[in-house]
Amino acid sequence: MAATAESIRLQVTPEVQYVLRLGDTCLVHAQRLAEWCGHGPVLEEDIALTNLALDLIGQARALLTHAAALEGQGFDEDQLAFLREEDQFFNLTLAELPMRKGGAHSPGADFADTVLRNFLLSTWLGLCWQRLQGSSDAQLAAIAAKALKESAYHRQHAADWVVRLGDGTEESARRLRAALDRVWPYTNELFVHDAVDDAAVARGLGPARDTLAADWQREVAAVFNEAGLTMPPASPFASTGTRGVHGEHMGFLLAEMQSLQRRYPGGRW
Amino acid sequence: MYTQAMDVAPKDERKVVRSAEEAALEARFEARIDEGAFIEAKDWMPEHYRRTLVRQISQHAHSEIVGMLPEGNWATRAPTLKRKAILLAKIQDEGGHGLYLYAAAETLGTSRDQLLDALHSGKAKYSSIFNYPTLTWADIGTIGWLVDGAAIMNQVPLTRCSYAPYARAMVRICREESFHQRQGFDSLLVMMHEGTDAQRAMVQDAVNRWWWPSLMMFGPPDKDSVHGAQSARWGIKRISNDDLRQKFVDATAEQAKVLGVTPPDPLLKWNEERGHYDFGPIDWDEFWRVVGGNGPCNRERLAARVKAHEDGAWVREAALAHARKRATRQEAA
Amino acid sequence: MATADVRDEWPLWEVFVRTRAGLDHKHCGSLHAPDAKMALQLAREVYTRRMEGTSVWVVRSSDITASDPADKGPLFDPAEDKVYRHPTFYELPESVNHM
Repeated sequence: MAATAESIRLQVTPEVQYVLRLGDTCLVHAQRLAEWCGHGPVLEEDIALTNLALDLIGQARALLTHAAALEGQGFDEDQLAFLREEDQFFNLTLAELPMRKGGAHSPGADFADTVLRNFLLSTWLGLCWQRLQGSSDAQLAAIAAKALKESAYHRQHAADWVVRLGDGTEESARRLRAALDRVWPYTNELFVHDAVDDAAVARGLGPARDTLAADWQREVAAVFNEAGLTMPPASPFASTGTRGVHGEHMGFLLAEMQSLQRRYPGGRW
Repeated sequence: MYTQAMDVAPKDERKVVRSAEEAALEARFEARIDEGAFIEAKDWMPEHYRRTLVRQISQHAHSEIVGMLPEGNWATRAPTLKRKAILLAKIQDEGGHGLYLYAAAETLGTSRDQLLDALHSGKAKYSSIFNYPTLTWADIGTIGWLVDGAAIMNQVPLTRCSYAPYARAMVRICREESFHQRQGFDSLLVMMHEGTDAQRAMVQDAVNRWWWPSLMMFGPPDKDSVHGAQSARWGIKRISNDDLRQKFVDATAEQAKVLGVTPPDPLLKWNEERGHYDFGPIDWDEFWRVVGGNGPCNRERLAARVKAHEDGAWVREAALAHARKRATRQEAA
Repeated sequence: MATADVRDEWPLWEVFVRTRAGLDHKHCGSLHAPDAKMALQLAREVYTRRMEGTSVWVVRSSDITASDPADKGPLFDPAEDKVYRHPTFYELPESVNHM
């Protein structure tokens, strides 16, 4: 049996977790976007989606590197990405949901899911980056300043697509509504306030998630209005990826993403 | 390479009734070609020239697009974040190159949809190298080294093609191409020089599988190809398959030594007298089989492109519908 | 498979890019987009890779009026004042359309 690389275990402090929530969300979202490579609905959009994935990978690398520095055991971005166990990934569950095709155990997903995902996430990330520019952590502030510009672009592109699909054909509107129903419950997690948020606020690291809710609702409502979309009613559903407890998709996603490093322990790439 | 299908004798394309005026126009056209002048989109051109260029340019474009698939196969499994970014950027470049080429082809009086129809229906060809599977991560580096290496050899002469929109697209493409081969080679170099035994075995295995198909990229031997002297004059077809192939072998045999891999050719040997590498016979049965549709991945590649196109129809329609609605509203306002 | 209907295709746009202030806008190619907004966004993605400080113009190909080439012949259609030949103007018969 082939030897596999051993997982690393992080000493997860609130700061580390706070930074990884952002970094892992960017990484996992980029991973989902990469699935579209060569399969987009039109060549131009294929290129745009890949650009988006590249920006997110850049952000993820900066954040993972910083998280590793805060964590202090001397790991690098790749060890964090490819040798961490699922319970130490802290992305929003929203990011790990399929958005190109359904898995064996989940209903379908299509371009409408992708467009909506891009919009909801980039709006949230944009608000995070905005607030993080004032972080007491200079490195985090710098990362946020760079990411802010990119995410404004992402958000604009995504919002345009939401409107295009919502106010396009009967079929596109139907698909967008179906995607919205699938994804909406997972947006609650964007605004949960927990001990990690408390610690971040106490240290001046960054905002608590719930403080982003009003602005996010407002921005999303404006675009939904133009797209002819109705915001679904609030639900008590609570996803928990940001606590390291993911849905069933995460295992498959990580297995695929981490397969090479696991298969070739000690490999150089 | 992208003109492999052209090496098969074309149907009788010169059976055209010409008036005296048309003959005069054609003479003037040929004189401009002889001068080395560029032909632009709206210049008069013989139908044969136009059709040949549409075919060549569009097949080149199809090759770029289909070429995104074997590499896209590893986008979600790249072993480091840096390699992931490099691979995605490369695939994105290829999409962009396809786009530049479709744009160039469209200047000749065809449309993107017509060209895609031809691809999806199987009428149009694309470079058959992309009908091989990417089975390991080392295949990605090997494609960069060998496949992009071969592509570069073909592309540089095309920057001097007589048809200016194609030449300009090729200039843009060549500028962006340089990093692809380097990154592929670099990836293999790291694995061979700094990696584990298992990684080295992976690289050697990839080279074993991609070496011969890469040599086939230059098309059948000169004695079996049909290229009009016409195509050479027009600058749309490089002169000799065999010469380019020899040049490629000479370069890559040396690069293989740097890497520390052994090409799967026991007859590969430097010939001091010729000043070139001798190499073994190519299995042309395999070449024709793959070109003819029975390579390892032909069906899957085409099916993937057809599926992406069909699955995306509702998206494209929605975008158009929305644009029309907006335009109507703006007019009414 | 449905045959291509030109009217259902995303329209073609020409892209002009000025890489630095002080230079001219240069034509660098074309792309398909359903509307001007997306044409501009995609032009940035494809032709400038979103480089800062570049100015991008997009124009519908059908909105461009072109001058006649110098050596137009008697077969040249004076009404043909567009940038490219219209796609349906040159329909090839199936048998020779080996594209």
